[in-house]
Parts: sequence; structure tokens; C-alpha cells
Amino acid sequence: MNVKKLNLKLKIWRQKNRNSDGSFINYNVQVSPDASFLEMLDEINNGLEATDQEAIHFESDCREGICGTCGLVINGRPHGPLSKIATCQLHMRNFNDGETIWVEPFRAKAFPVIKDLIVDRSGFDQILQTGGYVSVNTGGTPDANLIPIAKDTASLSMDAASCIGCGACVAACKNASAMLFVSAKISQYALLPQGQPERYRRVERMVKVMDDLGFGSCTNTYACEAECPKGISITNIARMNRDFIVSRIKKQDAESDVIK
Amino acid sequence: MIKLDSKIPGGNISEKWANHKFNMKLVNPANKRKYTVIVVGTGLAGASAAASLGELGFNVLAFTFHDSARRAHSIAAQGGINAAKNYQNDGDSIFRLFYDTVKGGDFRAREANVYRLAEVSGNIIDQCVAQGVPFAREYGGMLDNRSFGGAQVSRTFYARGQTGQQLLLGAVSALNRQIDKGTVKLFTRREMLDVVLIDGVANGIICRNLLTGEIEKYAAHAVCLATGGYSNVFFLSTNAMNCNTTAIWRTHKRGAYFGNPCFTQIHPTCLPLHDDSQSKLTLMSESLRNDGRVWVSRKKNDLRSPIEIPEEERDYYLERKYPSFGNLSPRDISSRAAKEVCDEGRGIKGGEAVYLDFADAINRLGKKVIEERYGNLFEIYETITGENPYKVPMMIYPAPHYTMGGLWVDYNLMSTIPGLFVLGEANFSDHGANRLGASALMQGLADGYFVIPYTLSNYIASAKPAAVTTDHPEFKKVSKEVTDLTNKLLSIKGKRTVDDFHKQLGRIMWKKVGMARYEKGLKEAVGEIRNLKEEFWKNVTIPGSGNDVNQTLERAGRLVDYFELGELMAMDALNRNESCGGHFREEYQFEDGEAKRDDENYSYVAAWEYLGENKWNLHKEVLEFEYVKPAIRSYK
Ligand SMILES: Cc1cc2nc3c(=O)[nH]c(=O)nc-3n(C[C@H](O)[C@H](O)[C@H](O)COP(=O)(O)OP(=O)(O)OC[C@H]3O[C@@H](n4cnc5c(N)ncnc54)[C@H](O)[C@@H]3O)c2cc1C
Repeated sequence: MNVKKLNLKLKIWRQKNRNSDGSFINYNVQVSPDASFLEMLDEINNGLEATDQEAIHFESDCREGICGTCGLVINGRPHGPLSKIATCQLHMRNFNDGETIWVEPFRAKAFPVIKDLIVDRSGFDQILQTGGYVSVNTGGTPDANLIPIAKDTASLSMDAASCIGCGACVAACKNASAMLFVSAKISQYALLPQGQPERYRRVERMVKVMDDLGFGSCTNTYACEAECPKGISITNIARMNRDFIVSRIKKQDAESDVIK
Repeated sequence: MIKLDSKIPGGNISEKWANHKFNMKLVNPANKRKYTVIVVGTGLAGASAAASLGELGFNVLAFTFHDSARRAHSIAAQGGINAAKNYQNDGDSIFRLFYDTVKGGDFRAREANVYRLAEVSGNIIDQCVAQGVPFAREYGGMLDNRSFGGAQVSRTFYARGQTGQQLLLGAVSALNRQIDKGTVKLFTRREMLDVVLIDGVANGIICRNLLTGEIEKYAAHAVCLATGGYSNVFFLSTNAMNCNTTAIWRTHKRGAYFGNPCFTQIHPTCLPLHDDSQSKLTLMSESLRNDGRVWVSRKKNDLRSPIEIPEEERDYYLERKYPSFGNLSPRDISSRAAKEVCDEGRGIKGGEAVYLDFADAINRLGKKVIEERYGNLFEIYETITGENPYKVPMMIYPAPHYTMGGLWVDYNLMSTIPGLFVLGEANFSDHGANRLGASALMQGLADGYFVIPYTLSNYIASAKPAAVTTDHPEFKKVSKEVTDLTNKLLSIKGKRTVDDFHKQLGRIMWKKVGMARYEKGLKEAVGEIRNLKEEFWKNVTIPGSGNDVNQTLERAGRLVDYFELGELMAMDALNRNESCGGHFREEYQFEDGEAKRDDENYSYVAAWEYLGENKWNLHKEVLEFEYVKPAIRSYK
């Protein structure tokens, strides 16, 4: 495949560490249209390293759009111009010769920049570590086919469970809300019989940490759904809100029971 | 010198594990909290182990170099997980899964381990469903299965093309629950760079904090490594960019024997290489072979487009050579067959690629069915290549994918270092010379959920390892060695980049220690790798500092270990004068090109002991086959 290379002007965000100020630095490159966006960055880095300059730091791992490690804001859009893919799946054939491309990290108060294009998304895990599971010990579980689950239900749950935890939803939202991420996990379990016993306790605990960590609230702009590489639907947010309200009512009921 | 003892329990194979579980000692529940266990890795094996050990009450410290437990490479597994549930009533059983796995591994795995794997496989599915893993289901609400990677029964459970993701998120949810409860403490962005032995027993690890560069010490009563495979020694592989061998390699250098390092699986259905800048090879799920037909032109250097090549000029070589398994022939066989036709010059346009064609399936079943089955895979293909596989056949070529080799472990998953356990792809144990599709996920979870909780408890209850703290002089000594290595790397200040070296190592490995190996090539490889390593230590450049996030430094440290491992892989391949599973020595084949195993001389696990730079001692664990008699593995 001998194809003509593209000439591009890149403006890439460089930032030494969490506390320093960053800025855009220019890089001119020639790249094969078959290369992926991250392979282009690899090539730039190889050139930088060969001349004893520090590589542009960015994260990626599987390069197949499933691990959720990569995530860049490209020309103002999380994961770049195409929908339903992660940054690592973006190929250079989607850009034009001579184009200028802006590359930045995901930006959100709850995702501080660590270095260059790397951000700290550990807040997501803190949310999941506060009730984001079904409480079941290893062993002693019933046969997997004991509880039939309708195909459609399993499929809806799977839609929500497809979330890769990349954080594009937060980066896309003007309020830096994590509602799409959190509601996807809530929904995966809320839809399944296995998730029922802890359903309301779970939503209550997870939402609380989400708020404490400084993620914003949802004002229904749908930007998260538009940028989600897995196309997670905002109906999950509606489901979470409903469950959250039910959890409050249940709590009030329980409290009034105590008084009686 | 340690004598290899596989510690296989006595009795009939179907009773070994049950008896062993009963005979193993238990730790008093009140005492468990006093024991600290380190688990390195949070993939399927590590996350399930850490969660299960935490549930038992041990004080668990879990480590990953990723920013989150969920990023482990297990997340990328697509196709599915095997289990002998026989839900389809198509003749599956524990014994059949055991039999298939031993045969698939070309009789180079330990029977007792494989049987146990098959035995606990059903429990894995129960466990995952109970955790809320949304497996695919039928309309009646029962779990759906498919046939996968050469199996003649449908025993593979799946969650769309994202099975690894769902299983890992399930295991990580169990881990998160223990973190919530305070039994497990998770350390992210920590790279284990060495293991600490005190009086020959594993008592801790040394990590680099990838954010600050700090070298940290952690003490424990036992250490589990679940750090994955080493296919990235080839530079280009289907593995994630950061998969590496450092944890097991440095442990090997401290005394753990390395089992069957040359056993590598080359996966037949990956996307071909586009050019030099390529960073990794993408796997297209093998499930595609259920409906896709593999072919090349009958002519050499045929430059026509696939549509222009008429039916009678196509060679459906898998169907032709292996009529009963056809396009579903095992991975090693399919990969080698692809290499053969390409070596003959019959690859696509004379190059290194073959067609995987869905035209017949689309005609027979309709586009809608194909879309339902493979829609997301077709999309992935189109995103990467820019071609539409509903219209033109896919192009595929084999790529390094999985390493059957790994640290040698006994039946209890303990290495030759007491107190050091190895789980998942990092150990050598269950797949022999070739792994069957959908069996790695099964093994990772079997090790973590159902084996290690028993065997590690038994170790603690019987060996009663002493309490140590990181004040012990050995911790200081090892952490200084780690610091020195980092400083040495940073001080070279040469001209060539880390990736440049890694790519060259990869080319040597792929050409000479790859799909087809021969004596002369292997010997050359050893020399070339040594020379390259020497040049690396003089001429590599690593900008940046050691006290900061430095991805170049991280990659350099991993490459150092790949040089040494690559050399051992070549030596192991050279030692094994036979062809078996993923290991094909050109000198050892039948006239028709089929692999020629030598059971008389090579029915053993090669366990290598490290003696110092470029020096190893070979130990043999002879394999006995009582239940599945070795036969020529014919898929004709
Ligand atoms: C593309 C692809 C598709 C696959 N599809 C299937 C499939 O369909 N079915 C199947 O059965 N198998 C499949 N496999 C194989 C299977 O996914 C892996 O063998 C398995 O997931 C490995 O699990 P693991 O827990 O052993 O290791 P991994 O999941 O690789 O986890 C390794 C962990 O160790 C950590 N780690 C490593 N080194 C260090 C260190 N030095 N310090 C700290 N932490 C460290 C990592 O951070 C990570 O958490 C596939 C593999 C690939 C590459």
C-alpha cells in the first residue's frame, strides 16, 4: 500500500506536571493515511527521543478501543471528529492534507492533568469502589441458568455495561458531569435480577461520591451521548435519576418506620 | 539446585482436586487478617485472586501499572470463555474439555492441571452470572453458547464481542467490593521491578511509582504474580502496548524457573501489517472463522482484485487440507498454513495476507444474520482498513498473540521460589504447546477464583511464613539495585531510540523465532540478540528524568528484559528438536508438512534456571499421560 503521505500541522498541549502551566507547541508532520492517530504521535515521539527531547506523554494500551486508556481532545472533540470510536481507532485518512489539528487532554475539574495529555481519572474508580458491584462471594453461587433472563433485558444491560470508562462523557459535558458513566453502571445492575437486592443502596452511595468528587450535574445537553465511543444512551441517566428518587423515598419510609 | 516437584496429588484424575482440597491445611479465620498477600496484576487472574483472598480475610495489597484495575489487557479479549456446562446437550463433559485441551496443547501440558481447569470451568460461569455479567442469552432466557476455535461442541460463553471486558469488569467489581470493605488495598500506576526474597522465600516486591519515580518497598507473607503474557517481545503482536515480561523475568532471575519459553501462539486471524509505523497488530475475532472461508489464489503473485479471481482459481486451502475441521482448524495449524501459501507467493498480491471471505455466508444466511453475528467486528475492520467486508473479503495474516510459556509452577501454582505463586498467562501451566480459543479467560479465572484461595491458604497454614517488614536489609539491597538500573539506563545518552531497538528485536524474533524455526536461524538469533543488547547498553537514548512520569524510561526497562527473554526463547526452541503445537521446527515435519512430535525424547516441560548473564540450566519435568494417550494430532 504505497499511498501519498499527508502533511499536517499539529498543535499539541504540553504541560510539565500537575502544577505547571501548559501551552500548545507546534509540530509539523508527514504521515501515512493508513497510520492511526496514536501511531502518528509515536512517530513524532520517536523523532523527539532521537534528538534527546522528552516524548509527548499520552496514554494508550489496547489500541482497539476497548481498554478506555486513551483519550484526547482533537479539534475540540473528545476522541476526535468521528463518532463511536476511541482515539486509538482514529486513522489519519480522516484528515486532509495541509490541515491544522489541535490536540489537548480531557479537561475537567475532577480530571487533573498529570503531564502533557495524561489526566487523572481515578475519581471514576472511587465511585465504583463505593457500591458499584453485586455483593457475592466466590463460590457457592447457583447454576448460571437457574434464573432465566430475557434476551432483550440481557441485551439492554449489556448496552450499559459496554462503557469503557474513558471519561469522554465528562470531557464533553460543559458541567463535567459523570452522570453517563455512573448511570451506565447503575443500569447494568438495575436491569438484572442479580442487581436487585442492593439496587437503591447502590445508587445512593455512588451518587454521593460522584457529587463529593466535584463532577458537575446533568443539564440535558446530550453531549456525553454524542461523544461516547460506545454510544451509551442517556436513557441510563433517566433510569438512575428514577432509582435515586426511589432510594430517597425508601429511606424516608425506613426512617419514619423507626419513629413509629 | 532445586528438584522439580510438580506435587500432583495421587488418586484418579477426577478425584485429585477434591482430595487435595480436603487434605490442604486451612488458616484459622481469626489469623487471616495477620497475613499480608501481595497480588501483582489486576487482569482476570489477578483481580479474581485479590478479591477472593480478600473475601477470605487476608490482608491483600494489589498492584497494577495501569491507572485503573479495569485497564488490564484481559479487557481486550473478544471471543469468549469455555466451560463444560453441556447446556447444549451436544456431548460436552469435563472429560471432553480436558481431553480437547490436552490434545489441543499437543500433549505438552500436565494432565492433572488441565483436568482441574475443566472441572472448575462450570463454576466460573455461575460466578460471573451471579456478579451481573451480561452474557448473551437465547429468547428463552437461557445462556447462549457458540462453537469456537476448533471445538466440535458449543461450549463457549460470550458477551457480544466483548467477553474479556465483561469478565474483567465482573472480577474488578469483586475487587472493588473488597476495596470498599477494606480487605484489599489497590496501588495503581506502580510497576513491580523486582521481588524480594528473604532466606530464599518470597517476602515482598519493589515497585516504581510511575507518577513520582519513587522506588517503593512492600513486604508480605506471600506474593502472587498475575502479570500476563510476553508476546510483545515480537514488538508487533495483538497484545496491548504496555504488556511486558518484567515482573516474571526479574523473578526468574531471582530463582524462579521459566517453563517452555518458546511456546508462543501465533493467531491466524489478525489484520496484516500496513507499514513500518505500525504499533501493534489487531486481532479479528476467531469467531469469524465460523462463517468466513479462508482462501488465496492458485496462482503466484496474482495481482487481480479478489472479485476478479473466479471460483475455480481460488484455493480454499484449509478446507482442502483439513476437510473435517476446515476453516475451524486449530490456531497453530491455520497460522502455519497461511504462512505456507504466502511463502509460495500465493498470498494476496504476492504479499503476506490471505482472504477471509463472507460472500457465501451472506448468500446463504442473508446480510442481516451476518450483521447480527459479526456487525461490530466488521465495523472495527472498516474503521482500521477503510474497506467494507460485506463487499470485499477481509484480509488477514497471523500475528503473535499468546504465550503458553511462563514461570514454571507446581500443581499449587507455586513457582520454584517458596511463597511465590504465578497465575494466568504469566505461568506456563495448562495449555501445553498450544492454547485453544476461549481457554485463557477460563484459566485466568480458574486460577484466581478457584485454585489460589485454597493453595495459598495451605502454604500459609503449613509453611507459616515469618512476618517481615521493609526494614529488612534485603529490601534496601534490592531497591538499591533497582535504582542503580534506572540510573544506568538514564546515563547512557546514546543516539538510538527505545522503539527503534525494540522493532529490531521484534524483527529478529519474528523471522527466526516465530512461526517456523530452524537450527541455523535460531543460532543466528541468539547471536543477533546478544549484539543488539550490547548496542542498546551503549547507544540507547532516554530523555527525561527518573523522578517524574517518564514513559520512555518505562519502555526501556521492559525492553531490557525482552532482550534476555528473547535469547532464552531461541535457546529453548533450539533445544526442542521436535515440532509441537505453536513450536514448529522446519527440520521436524512429515512429508506433507505436518508437525512431527517426538514423544520419546521431548515429552517434558523445559524449565530453565537462570545462572547469570547468557547462562541457563535446563531442568525437565517429564510428562506422564495416563488418561489421554498421545497420538498424532490430526485435524484432517
Ligand atoms: C486481542 C486479544 C483477544 C483475546 N481473546 C481471547 C478470548 O476470546 N478468549 C480467551 O480465552 N482468551 C483470549 N485472549 C487471551 C486472554 O485475554 C489473556 O490471556 C488473559 O486475559 C490474560 O489474563 P491475565 O490476568 O493473565 O493477564 P492480563 O489481563 O494481561 O493482566 C496483567 C496485569 O498485570 C499488570 N502488570 C503486568 N506487569 C506488571 C508489573 N511489572 N507491575 C505491576 N503490574 C503489572 C497489568 O497492569 C495488568 O493488570 C485474547 C488476547 C488478546 C491479546
